[in-house]
Amino acid sequence: MQLNLARKLRTSARRAPKWWVHWPALLSAVAALTGWWLATRLAGLPSFILPSPGDVWVRFLRTLIDGSLLRHTWVTLQEVLLGLLAGTASATALGYLLAKSRLFERILAPYLVASQAVPVVAIAPLLIIWFGPGMFSKVLICALIVFFPVLVNTVVGVRAVPIALYELMHSLRATRWQILRHLEVPAALPVFLGGLRIGAALSVIGAVVGELIGSDQGLGFLINVGRGQYDTALVFVAIFALVALALALYGAVTMLENYLLKWQEWRNTV
Amino acid sequence: MPDPNPILTVRDLGVTFPDNNGGLQALRGVSFEVCPQEFVCVVGPSGSGKSTLLRVLARLLPPVRGEVTFAGGEPRIGFVFQQSNLMPWRSVLENIVLPLELQGMDRDEAQAAAQDLIDLVGLQGFESNWPRDLSGGMAQRVAIARALIHDPDILLLDEPFASLDALTRERMWTELSRIWQARQKTVIMVTHSISEALFLADRVLVLTARPGRVKLDLAVDLPRPRADEMRYTPQFGKLARQLKKTIE
Repeated sequence: MQLNLARKLRTSARRAPKWWVHWPALLSAVAALTGWWLATRLAGLPSFILPSPGDVWVRFLRTLIDGSLLRHTWVTLQEVLLGLLAGTASATALGYLLAKSRLFERILAPYLVASQAVPVVAIAPLLIIWFGPGMFSKVLICALIVFFPVLVNTVVGVRAVPIALYELMHSLRATRWQILRHLEVPAALPVFLGGLRIGAALSVIGAVVGELIGSDQGLGFLINVGRGQYDTALVFVAIFALVALALALYGAVTMLENYLLKWQEWRNTV
Repeated sequence: MPDPNPILTVRDLGVTFPDNNGGLQALRGVSFEVCPQEFVCVVGPSGSGKSTLLRVLARLLPPVRGEVTFAGGEPRIGFVFQQSNLMPWRSVLENIVLPLELQGMDRDEAQAAAQDLIDLVGLQGFESNWPRDLSGGMAQRVAIARALIHDPDILLLDEPFASLDALTRERMWTELSRIWQARQKTVIMVTHSISEALFLADRVLVLTARPGRVKLDLAVDLPRPRADEMRYTPQFGKLARQLKKTIE
């Protein structure tokens, strides 16, 4: 009875019209655009210092039509995704080993902690000298920057699997592989996905830093071009594209979380 | 009462946990036998190694001394823990069929096989609920169903009702009694409660304080099915007094 009531309350809360929930966000967006437009009008700044919303919109349409915006966005997206994939895969494998073996942890932990003291952004120029201005160096930078948060969350997630559930699996004579698949993976997933979400945001930063330092394609390269030619509207276009990219990635991870973790109570109430 | 064909024989069992001063002895010289379809309760003061005994029987812990022998080799174990110990990412039905899945049965086939058991423990209509939606008593029913689904040779219960309120607990006694009679399982149950032991068991083993050993092996010859009122009969009172005196 109580159960049904709780469920009913939950669904009725979800029934509110969707657009209504977003009106504060829409309002603030309109206010920000108006403020921006007024600033360019009243301050009389030249377009290469602060382009107006109209200038940026026109520049956006031009890069869209000549195909350059999509081409450069696609390059950056590939770097971000490949870096995220490589960083996550290696960090997950290593994190699992670290969580399961104290010996392994004692051997590797000092190096891992020390490696975190080296800012990836600072060694990015070095990586580009070594591996060239192509895509590979960017993927490497992304992977390195993604690695640590995913590693830490994997270790924390696997260590937090309840001992009582291990006892259950052992009483049922589960194999090592069955324990991994039916217990450790699902139990560690919430914390792991939290790490992946941080990693996805960091991966975008990694790709842009790499492109700013040395590349001939990608959104970071587009920013460099705009800056060099005093085409500030182009810089704005590239920045907005990066924001859209990062938001899309963040949204994708959130959707993945909502799908995989639908058993968590609070997810159904949003 | 020695049985010619016990399903479980425990002989001179000893368990020691390593610690700083030479090891902590949890069990010493424990010997008993359990017959097929018998319901045995193990009681004793806190720290008498009751849970340790159950964990050795479930092969979660290796015995340090002595031996544990099951008739017919490696037994299938059904274990019910103090907490329901359900996987929060699995629905009620998915939790119940876990043992079958681990045996390699296809998930759909396993879920079809679970229907009888769901009726038996009274979980109809809750198959697709998440564990978070269940009360303590319901969660423990799911745990019992999960422990029975793979048709175990022996059912081990470690204070399964300790975390429930008094009314729910007593309702669960009747339920467990009914389930045990329907499924004809051999059951070994650890409990703190003398009434619980007398209400459910054919035999009660009393362990001494650490290191635990069997102090009393008491046959409970109360008629079945046992009803609530039986707990106020003189016969029940006499057994309860005897158990209480032995534990203290």
